[in-house]
Amino acid sequence: MPLSKRIIPCLDVDNGRVVKGIRFRGVKDAGDPVELARKYSDQGADELVFLDITASKQDREIMKSIVKKVASVIDIPFTVGGGIRTLSDARQILLNGADKVSINTASVKNPNLVTDLMKIFGRQCVVVAIDVKRNFRVDEKNTVTSGHDKDFYFEVMIYGGSKGTAIDAIQWAKKVEELGAGEILLTSIDADGTKNGYDIELTNAICNNVRIPVIASGGCGSSEHMFEVFNKTDVDAVLAASIFHYDNLKLDKVKRYLAEKGIQTRL
Amino acid sequence: MSKIAIFDFGTGNLFNLHQALLRNGAHSVDIIRTLEELEKYDGLVLPGVGNFDNAISSIQREALLLNMAVDNGMPILGICLGLEMLFNKSEEGILDGLKLLEGDVLMLPKKKVKVPHIGWNNLRIVKRESNLLKGIPQDSWVYFVHSYHIEPEDKNLIAAIADYGSILPVVIERSNLFGTQFHPEKSGKIGAQIVKNFIKICEKNE
Repeated sequence: MPLSKRIIPCLDVDNGRVVKGIRFRGVKDAGDPVELARKYSDQGADELVFLDITASKQDREIMKSIVKKVASVIDIPFTVGGGIRTLSDARQILLNGADKVSINTASVKNPNLVTDLMKIFGRQCVVVAIDVKRNFRVDEKNTVTSGHDKDFYFEVMIYGGSKGTAIDAIQWAKKVEELGAGEILLTSIDADGTKNGYDIELTNAICNNVRIPVIASGGCGSSEHMFEVFNKTDVDAVLAASIFHYDNLKLDKVKRYLAEKGIQTRL
Repeated sequence: MSKIAIFDFGTGNLFNLHQALLRNGAHSVDIIRTLEELEKYDGLVLPGVGNFDNAISSIQREALLLNMAVDNGMPILGICLGLEMLFNKSEEGILDGLKLLEGDVLMLPKKKVKVPHIGWNNLRIVKRESNLLKGIPQDSWVYFVHSYHIEPEDKNLIAAIADYGSILPVVIERSNLFGTQFHPEKSGKIGAQIVKNFIKICEKNE
């Protein structure tokens, strides 16, 4: 029997609260991270991801205490990311009870960090988050995909998706697997916030090129979107935020729907 | 009233396991770095974080004390790496294992499946009378994070299996020795029940 597909609620944490950015209207409070963690865990979340979205120094201390509180009340795995730049940042988070750390910009700036983390804490602790956007200025070193109008390549973005790197995402995914990543958290910047569904094309491109688990993120607006990405790609897990925080979509309902459609889920 | 000890291999994160034992009925839980005072406790947990050789070297000096505790009937639960250590040797390292159980530890079949095996998989219980798995329904979901698996010589040890590339033994039980390849402390309600069962076994043994 295959592994169950994982449904992972994502909690963006700012200054000790779960928040969700709503475009053009700033950030909206979505609740207490410990309460939400418990609620999602009770509803059958397979895992949780916390992203420290400001990650200022002061925020980092608050995050540590949240991690500890969350670890005391839930008995499912959880990952913490956002602003982790050094081994010591990662160690603090893991010692306070997180199961995995997710690194993004720091993995691009300092790829050795991935290997160091793997050696000390084990591959299973290391999630490399890759933010990706289509770039239509291709050259010969890129893995070119032919779009409807124009060729493009998948470009790795850093600093919360704001800055390009000219790094080819498919090559980068293979590279982080070699460096020691245990999982890839793959976010499509093109799909993020659209609620039009996950980026199937990108997800397939990455899943077909690595042998480590991949988590798809960005674009989810309904449980149908989860079915679509599980059905059309080899992805292991999906991440979603606002459909759980605001749209009152209950996790257990989502999982039952997926099970009825023939997707292996943990019920 | 059960006093449980967790042996710290020095690799870090034992907070979750500590909390899970307390949440599920342990009276007190100490994290220990030597087995010198092991007799104070009703049970010992060998945790599942770290690397084979590092973990073995941290406990090797005290192998004699551990053997004595096993002979005296102290319940011992090995989780993941803590289970793998009970065997003769592992493909992960060059040092000998604790050799409390006959068999080896092998890498998962990399060509057939993604490694590490990360995620929720089904538990197929093959030993109905297992004390550790008391009350656990067939095909329950439990959370795995590992790259190696055990291959016990004595198949009668095996209490449950899981399917990942091949059939893996994932729970073992022989009198006072218990082991899980998955992480009960991360396996939701099912995992909590397994932790409770172990604590009950420790209480009975007081």
